[in-house]
Amino acid sequence: MIVRKSDRVLVQGITGKQGTFWTEQMQAYGTSVVGGVNPKKAGQNHCGVPIFATAKEAMANGGFDVSVMFIPPAAARAAAIDAIEAGAKIVVCLTEHIPSHDVMEMHAAAAEHGTRIIGPNTAGIVTPGEGFVGIMPAFNPRVFQPGRVGVISRSGSLGTLVCLNLVRGGHGQSAFLGIGGDPMIGTTTKDALAALIDDPGTDAIALVGEIGGSMEEEAAELVAKTDKPVVSFIAGRASPPGKKMGHAGAIVTGDRGSYASKRGALERAGAVVVDVPGDLPAALDALMAEAAKRSGAQRLAD
Amino acid sequence: MNFEEHAGKSVLSRAGVSVPQGRLCASAQEAEAAARAIGPVVVKAQVPTGKRGKSGGVKLAATPEAAAASAQAILGMEIGGFPVARVLVEEQAAIAREFYAAVLNDPASRSPLVLFSTEGGMDIEEVAATRPESLRRMAVDIRKGFGPADARRLLLGLDLGEAAVPVAAMLVDLYRVYRQHDAELLEINPLALLADGRVVPLDCKLTVDDAALYRQTDIAGLGAKEPLSALEERGRALDLKYIELEGNVGVLANGAGLTMTTMDVVSHAGGRPSNFLEIGGEAYTKGTEALDLVLSNPGVKSLVVNFCGAFARTDVMAGGVIQAWKTLNPTIPVFFSIHGTGEDEAVRMVREELGIEPYDRMEDAISAAVEAAR
Repeated sequence: MIVRKSDRVLVQGITGKQGTFWTEQMQAYGTSVVGGVNPKKAGQNHCGVPIFATAKEAMANGGFDVSVMFIPPAAARAAAIDAIEAGAKIVVCLTEHIPSHDVMEMHAAAAEHGTRIIGPNTAGIVTPGEGFVGIMPAFNPRVFQPGRVGVISRSGSLGTLVCLNLVRGGHGQSAFLGIGGDPMIGTTTKDALAALIDDPGTDAIALVGEIGGSMEEEAAELVAKTDKPVVSFIAGRASPPGKKMGHAGAIVTGDRGSYASKRGALERAGAVVVDVPGDLPAALDALMAEAAKRSGAQRLAD
Repeated sequence: MNFEEHAGKSVLSRAGVSVPQGRLCASAQEAEAAARAIGPVVVKAQVPTGKRGKSGGVKLAATPEAAAASAQAILGMEIGGFPVARVLVEEQAAIAREFYAAVLNDPASRSPLVLFSTEGGMDIEEVAATRPESLRRMAVDIRKGFGPADARRLLLGLDLGEAAVPVAAMLVDLYRVYRQHDAELLEINPLALLADGRVVPLDCKLTVDDAALYRQTDIAGLGAKEPLSALEERGRALDLKYIELEGNVGVLANGAGLTMTTMDVVSHAGGRPSNFLEIGGEAYTKGTEALDLVLSNPGVKSLVVNFCGAFARTDVMAGGVIQAWKTLNPTIPVFFSIHGTGEDEAVRMVREELGIEPYDRMEDAISAAVEAAR
């Protein structure tokens, strides 16, 4: 799920205002956009690439690896299933407020066809220096720089802030994985963490969570098993219980989804959880120095 | 959107699921008349929350006079923060056994989940902890649905006797209603086996997906109104996510994650936020309306404007805030931190048009705002 220069990207909804704006941004950054979808404008060109009637048609005419959806909620199910049935490896679903039954249909289709859905309600994925898919400010050098820290975030805005803090502290990113703020997302915190643990370009991980659900608790199982340092910030400590805090997934009911539960699980697994995002770089420096010392000692012992 | 018991039962009834005979009443007199028509009744507070029984919101009444007295006692109670304005006066059922049944969205399997237990009337968490052998669950492929064969498979091995057939039929019905109405949760607890062999829902908890209300217009009017403050109502009308809180540091940020974080840092710096308000996503052009809303809270003593734009362009958001600031001309101090898409232009505008220097670190902007609110 780490986007590479070689990944061919299809933009569903390419001709809309946002689709156009972000396609241009992706192209300028170096992402290989190979086509777009709009059934009403099939056969034309837009942003220098051909427009197809469907994702299936795009797959039959040159193919693509990753689809990104600039599609309104009511049309999202059909668009996602089109891309899935076409054989997309990854579908990046930016759309917020898709009816949950439609989302479950998308996930069922994805499971059958072996497609990975990122989102819904994600801001996308960025690999600094290679490409990005979605609506993240990859092109802002104060926010994104090539480096060795992998970042996972449910939120685009908070993910942007964390990346900004990392760059300010001298850390570039190996990958930014925006997984989305919805309650039922295709790629969980744990899935994203597994990908970063496996990625040879990633030395350390910044895990940005928020209240609601149990994804951070589930990811903690992997934190306990990896040698890569994990730092974390969890948003929503000051949020009142029982209210949806903007994201449909960010709600605490009883003990479930609480800040204390998430922080406790991550800390027990060996992650360092900071109180404010500005403290992330220092926490990372300390953990990475410790890890370097450990591996140095290991080399001496060998 | 949550549905009170009577509204959930209306939805079931319209879909062809038989429910006990009952009437919604707003006064003791109405309750008395209802009981006269129905016979022995149970009088139940109608609020969109659980724990009604434990709060004294459910009473049996054998006579019309007793029904009037019960209604009198329950109307005007407050349960879980909701004042009780109406009671459901419902026929008393001759209950042989009580079960539990539910269909819900399951984030773990990303699919509908059908739940059934032979232990009814308890919290399902409690059943799962104390009587796990009584609980059955089945994740459903939403594209295939849940039919009679699935229901029989789910119930296999449970001691249901003659009730197995009507229970299976009820589960299929509940799944159909859940699916037809974009429910996030349809929970029947208890689901009763009556002495005459019928299986009927005695209670009903229904939550319909807010994102699907546009295609659930036939039942949306039956849903409970959320208890919103006047400012929250205003936010709702503007399609802005605004939650009123009790502090004095106003918060205006983009994106749910960043807005929650801004509140967290206010709290970490020793202050208390006066609101949650995010103008990310499609709302990023509503800076003017948003600022007006934050400043309308009389508790606000200082304001943090914290933008970290990805999709949301900070120059557009800052432009809206600046415009509103000039119009409203507020006397409280404001502290900015702006980064991400459009930040150079946004910072320049704030500096030149308001004469305010944005902070580089949001933590510094927030500390200054908390200090100013003291």
